[in-house]
Amino acid sequence: MSHLAERIAKAKAEGRAALIAYLPVGYPDVAGSIAAMIAAVDGGADIVEIGVPYSDPGMDGPVIQQAVDVAVRAGVGMRDVLRAVEAVAAAGAVPVVMSYWNPIERYGVERFATDLAAAGGAGAITPDLIPDEAADWMAAAEQAGLDRVFLVAPSSTAARLGSTTAACRGFVYAASTMGVTGTRATVSDAAQKLVARTRAAAPELAVCVGLGVSNGAQAAEVASFADGVIVGSAYVRELLEGRGADGVRALSEDLAKGVRS
Amino acid sequence: MKTTSPPQPGERLLPARPGWPDATGHFGIFGGRFVPEALIAALDELTEAYEAMRVDPVFLTEFDRLQRDYTGRPSPVTEVERFAAHAGGARILLKREDLNHTGSHKINNVLGQALLTKRSGKTRVIAETGAGQHGVATATAAALMGLSCTVYMGEEDTRRQALNVARMRLLGAEVIPVTTGSRTLKDAINEAFRDWVTNVETTNYVFGTVAGPHPFPAMVRDFQRVIGDEAREQVLAREGRLPDAVLACVGGGSNAIGIFTAFVPDEGVRLIGLEAGGDGVETGRHAATITGGSPGVLHGARSYLLQDDNGQTIESHSISAGLDYPGVGPEHSYLHDIGRAEYRAVTDAEAMEAFALLCRTEGIIPAIESAHALAGAMVVGKELGPEALLLVNLSGRGDKDVETASRWFGLGDREDVDPGPGLDTDQQPTEGAVTQGDAVAGPDSGETA
Ligand SMILES: Cc1ncc(COP(=O)(O)O)c(C=O)c1O
Repeated sequence: MSHLAERIAKAKAEGRAALIAYLPVGYPDVAGSIAAMIAAVDGGADIVEIGVPYSDPGMDGPVIQQAVDVAVRAGVGMRDVLRAVEAVAAAGAVPVVMSYWNPIERYGVERFATDLAAAGGAGAITPDLIPDEAADWMAAAEQAGLDRVFLVAPSSTAARLGSTTAACRGFVYAASTMGVTGTRATVSDAAQKLVARTRAAAPELAVCVGLGVSNGAQAAEVASFADGVIVGSAYVRELLEGRGADGVRALSEDLAKGVRS
Repeated sequence: MKTTSPPQPGERLLPARPGWPDATGHFGIFGGRFVPEALIAALDELTEAYEAMRVDPVFLTEFDRLQRDYTGRPSPVTEVERFAAHAGGARILLKREDLNHTGSHKINNVLGQALLTKRSGKTRVIAETGAGQHGVATATAAALMGLSCTVYMGEEDTRRQALNVARMRLLGAEVIPVTTGSRTLKDAINEAFRDWVTNVETTNYVFGTVAGPHPFPAMVRDFQRVIGDEAREQVLAREGRLPDAVLACVGGGSNAIGIFTAFVPDEGVRLIGLEAGGDGVETGRHAATITGGSPGVLHGARSYLLQDDNGQTIESHSISAGLDYPGVGPEHSYLHDIGRAEYRAVTDAEAMEAFALLCRTEGIIPAIESAHALAGAMVVGKELGPEALLLVNLSGRGDKDVETASRWFGLGDREDVDPGPGLDTDQQPTEGAVTQGDAVAGPDSGETA
């Protein structure tokens, strides 16, 4: 049974979209990042996307890069990530790891799956791993009962929407704009189109939208057509600008209202 | 033996490729595509366009014409006897990619990719650059073909290679210094990918080496293999035999793959890649990816890379900006693992010794990148002895490196520097006479020249 799908279905039963908060482990430090994740949950996040620090985050914009760079330099690794997973699970949200592929490959794919499941993690989002290259991960995730979330993009062809959603379990991550993570003034209309196309390819799979959502109003807009709203840079900015766990909690509250309106 | 009839258009791209990569870009376990989904459509489109043009006589005729009339191909092969006297007496032939327009082998690949961009109707190219040679080549091709051009370059490299920054700007390109991460080539590649994913509708990413996601490793190889195709014929024509070993420096690996490919089926020919050993592989401050790294995923492909226990890329170190890269193209990882090619590390000091030696013995100032291959030849020549025939890829010229070299040798404005006995090459060297320290002045410890 997919923990992610279950939690998103629960939100749906409440007549709303799920709120998914991204925060990287290790910024400002490991303890501070875990406190921020718990604050995000307190403020209303259903799912926490726990970021594994990586030296070459090709899909991330400047805000996330800056925070992750600090964590990488501090030597934050998978053990710290697993601690964050346990803490988020204890706080009552569903933890899902978000990692570029090399840290997982280096840790050992099977070992990662086993340890993640033992820590209470639901699965992993892998932004630079496409299903075509994911045979090892799919097998290990299956074995450990984990969800795997792949990405679709506005440029994905119908054939790829089909094959990618078929490989997903939990939800599919619709990267709403062609570009990198970061806050944007408006939600692009590409997001809604992509969600519609993705639903057509996989009517049973939850579709969550990420890239560029930063406030309650945008969350409300996305919640009107998607099953989940993913917010990353806006959370990280709360930490970068020194507002700490309180800022994170307040943002979560604003976003949580958004997904309910 | 190959025939000597003039090559037909496209004969350069069409010769049977090695049996790799497979249709999805895998060289054994290496290569593939490890990129965000948003880039897959662009990579598919590029693959399709390239595969179509590879057999299109109009494209191939134009490509051949540019190589001949614009780049100045074929590049000559030069025997360097006075230099070879320091390499155990083995005979050494240099493949002169330094004589290409823009000063290195990088132009071979760029003309192909820029032509592809133009014919696919896109109006803008982006590129990453380390030493600046690929950036200069891309800016050049963009000027020639009326494309707008943005080049990403690590801030650290913009300082090391200021001359090339100026060249790119003169050619009309926008140069963006990259201030993230280690501020070198690896971070410039990250930034270029971020730009590409955002602007893919109008923009082609002209990748500078045989790394990155499929189709770049195969496509760049095909555009660079002209080096070895020419050299193999040239060596056969003048010597009536194949060389015993072919040597090239390896950053991402494009000049090396370029000269290796034609020789891969020639089992008796050793293929030797020289990686940047920096301060020495044992110090951890180096860029010798295959010698000192392990398999993993970086910049869109599985290959050897320098990484720590957490899978973080380790910052590389080399005096040569063009080799200062913690990754390497997947085909090199494959050639290494199947034992077809061997890879060795050359330290900064060894490379600079070879650099000085080629300047003083042959009147050729090599790129510091290429000097790593020359240093390798000095060692391999001694191993193989005077009967051996070595072919070395002189991938670029050293104009861009004059300041770095002046600082290394402590030349600058000072006139009192004795370059040392090893450079007085009228004396016949004895075995081992040329060693770091007596051959050349060491790195200038204090002042900046
Ligand atoms: C002259 C020269 N040789 C070699 C290289 C290394 O690249 P590659 O290994 O792809 O040939 C560079 C890169 O900038 C270069 O400028």
